[in-house]
Amino acid sequence: MKEIVIISGKGGTGKTVLAASIAALAKNKVMGDCDVDASNLYLLLHPEVTEKHDFYAGLIPAIDLSKCNQCGLCQELCRFEAIKISQEQTVIDSVSCEGCGLCALVCPQQAIQMNENHCGEWYLSETKYGPLIYARLGIAEENSGKLVALVRQNAQEVAKKKNLELIIIDGPPGISCPLIASISGANLAIVVTEPTLSGIHDLERVIKVTQHFGVKAVVIINKYDLNLENSSRIEKFCGQNCISVGGKIHFDNVITEALVKGLPVVEYSDSKVTKEIRDIWQKVF
Amino acid sequence: MIISVASGKGGSGKTTIAVNLALALVGDQKNNVHFLDCDVEEPNAHLFLNPLIKKRESIKIPVPEIDYQKCNYCGKCAQVCVYNAIAVTKDKVLVFPELCHSCGACTLFCPQKAINEEGREIGILEEGKSGSISFIGGRLNIGEPMAPPIIKKIKKKSIEKYRNRENEDIKVKKQYILLIDVPPGTSCPVIESVKGSDYTILVSEPTPFGLHDLVLAVEVLQKLQIPHGVILNKCDIGNHEVEDYCKENDIPILLFLPLDKEIAIAYSKGMPIVNLNRSYKQNFIQLFQNISKQYKIV
Repeated sequence: MKEIVIISGKGGTGKTVLAASIAALAKNKVMGDCDVDASNLYLLLHPEVTEKHDFYAGLIPAIDLSKCNQCGLCQELCRFEAIKISQEQTVIDSVSCEGCGLCALVCPQQAIQMNENHCGEWYLSETKYGPLIYARLGIAEENSGKLVALVRQNAQEVAKKKNLELIIIDGPPGISCPLIASISGANLAIVVTEPTLSGIHDLERVIKVTQHFGVKAVVIINKYDLNLENSSRIEKFCGQNCISVGGKIHFDNVITEALVKGLPVVEYSDSKVTKEIRDIWQKVF
Repeated sequence: MIISVASGKGGSGKTTIAVNLALALVGDQKNNVHFLDCDVEEPNAHLFLNPLIKKRESIKIPVPEIDYQKCNYCGKCAQVCVYNAIAVTKDKVLVFPELCHSCGACTLFCPQKAINEEGREIGILEEGKSGSISFIGGRLNIGEPMAPPIIKKIKKKSIEKYRNRENEDIKVKKQYILLIDVPPGTSCPVIESVKGSDYTILVSEPTPFGLHDLVLAVEVLQKLQIPHGVILNKCDIGNHEVEDYCKENDIPILLFLPLDKEIAIAYSKGMPIVNLNRSYKQNFIQLFQNISKQYKIV
């Protein structure tokens, strides 16, 4: 079984557009959307949800106001400034709370109880291209890394059960916990970048993260003709770091047109972009 | 006034808007413009503002260090740590610093007082000037999982400055404007970045992805009760759904920016668009005036 994750560092470089096209081109695979903050892949793959599951992670305090005597110890010791005693009432700021449970442990009145926190949902689904596992993290919730791990774990189970040899993961932007949870242990990271100063800067950082976690990377330059000089800078950077460039995609409105139609671009048109993506997939896989 | 620029979706033009708004506003002597780059995972604003960095500071978070002279391996620290950042064996205490949230429970509950907290660097803070714009940015170290502690630190620093300067500025009839470049998404780093803003500009694009992520971002701002409006970037590329959504939900569209290859190329070179064309500068000044008006009504 091979697990390929598509990432970028910088957001909006075309991860999901490429992931959807690969979903349409690859055979015997399962897809997973690990951008759990803002999952978009399902908008192009139109899944039918077969199972919906709640995601619980972390703890959230509840105060029994009949026991609380507003002594203020919890407020004083909370390092996240998540407890405020105002107008003789103790209030938890659930957005600031990190669920450490220290308040419940120190409360002399035992007025605080830590409860399980419902912080999202995840879905098993079927699409015309194969099974898709995706998730939705609740607004303003933490624990995105755990939800990413859950999506990957379920994608692996589906692959095993259905005897599929390939897992395609649409990853999150950035370089912190959800990204680390998406790439660790994967066989290959396809890094989508663009020839802009921001794209180059962010590529260099995310490549360092793949190296840090020992994940092999291949780079795709999207909209390469927007700035040919920057595109050669990217190729040079890849050469110096022994990373292969898996292909280039030119700047074309057909990508947006396909997006508005809700289709992977390779299914929408037979344009040059489609050929470039087919070549990339052949080269990478 | 504290204005944050966010979007939900990555690559919709947050940094472009934030940077150009800063450059347009700084042209007016009445304004005192500060820029805060909270996208500490992939910071980009410095590529356009080229600030002269005068100060670099290491950002550290406290993590437990065990004093083996005192530790008796009772296991209390591991028991109170909900993040599984400490494990205790017969003759060893294993600390996993990347999992630690610095809540302090282990230190507080250790019966032997055998835990001290040591600072562990997770990133750096950079402070400097770009012309007359004051710049503060953060940078998460490679391999570190947690961005919010860095965002908290850099925000605290600039908001303190803001509060101190606000009164002074009123005396000299200057307007203090703090602009915050927010990371993409809707989870903890975003919340930490927009919290405390007077107003949030949401940058969106007229595609299904743009709409989907805009709806999530609006939910965040409603939860935090921050007034907000939308800039529709590349407004001529997709469909009308974002506009319809904004109309239905009474969210003002502050500015329409068409797709312009000239802008895309300038962006690729790190060139601000207010330098391309006077009308862009006027657009951004107008944008700020609209926000101020709307903000005063709220």
